[in-house]
Amino acid sequence: MCNKVRGVHVPDGFLDPATSATTGALAAGTVALALTRARAELDDRTAPLAGLTAAFVFAGQMINFPVAAGTSGHLIGAVLTAVLVGPWTAVLCMTAVLLVQAVLFADGGLTALGTNVTLMGLVAVLVGYGVFRGLAAVLPRTRTGVLAASGVAAVLSVPAAALAFVGLFALGGTVDLALGTVVSAMTGVHLLIGLGEAAITVAVVGAVLAVRPDLVHGARGMRAAAVLEDRRPAATGAAR
Amino acid sequence: MSRRGRTLWVVGVVVALLVAGVLSWYASGSPDGLEWAAERAGFAHTAEDSAAAGSPFADYLWDGEENRLSAGASGVVGVLATLGLAGGVTWLARRRGAGSGQG
Repeated sequence: MCNKVRGVHVPDGFLDPATSATTGALAAGTVALALTRARAELDDRTAPLAGLTAAFVFAGQMINFPVAAGTSGHLIGAVLTAVLVGPWTAVLCMTAVLLVQAVLFADGGLTALGTNVTLMGLVAVLVGYGVFRGLAAVLPRTRTGVLAASGVAAVLSVPAAALAFVGLFALGGTVDLALGTVVSAMTGVHLLIGLGEAAITVAVVGAVLAVRPDLVHGARGMRAAAVLEDRRPAATGAAR
Repeated sequence: MSRRGRTLWVVGVVVALLVAGVLSWYASGSPDGLEWAAERAGFAHTAEDSAAAGSPFADYLWDGEENRLSAGASGVVGVLATLGLAGGVTWLARRRGAGSGQG
């Protein structure tokens, strides 16, 4: 039985102390901003979903799926979280997941925590949610439109985070390597992992849309239609 | 939370516990994308042990024991810790009072 017992995030030592300190400061600033901005996304109904989504992302990240000969990948969950509960809340959720992993499970280094928050809590959320909003604006405001936008955003969020790592490595990697080598090693495999990311993201967002479309942050545009179909308008109108 | 909201929440937590506590044992043990790329590009050796490596749950195993119980317990603890931390922070950060109708 193959047990996944390895860390899956950036460990200590990959990046030099100055770069780690910089990403640490960036991550801290992002989280501080998110703590105030997330307020607009969170109320008595959506806050419980945010905690649940974070717990689900933690669980999902434990499941490494095989992608190519001898390689595996796992969920990041940034787009999944941002679409379900909003991008600022996603920053907080991803940070909580990464903090628990680093402190309790020694997965991802402690000095690399800022780097991991920057990559998966900031870059993956920013790029992923940006792509999602861009696509959602042009696609039909239906369940299919929301899911298609989520899927494409999820695919792209993974190589985006991988390339951001390459950028950090170029600035502060502890060994001198030709950048092309690192880029080519990181990109292909992470694009493949992105397909798995998309499959899980679409499945989970689809499941929540099926039972509680009114709770899905990224589906607010289709909320009116969904409510008319099967819910009393009075129960939801006040949320926004 | 309304009854439907509560049902979604309970089902979600149970699924997360099952995934982390049971399904995780069957996860692929192959190096993940980053590890693989680090090996291939030649910087994997620069990884250092985390200062948290002495945690009783390090590497998602209780006390380093490689068995289902130890791995499953680690997954369950992780889900509950994440639920508590993220749930607590988002609950404290939420808007209160008007506008938070029942859903």
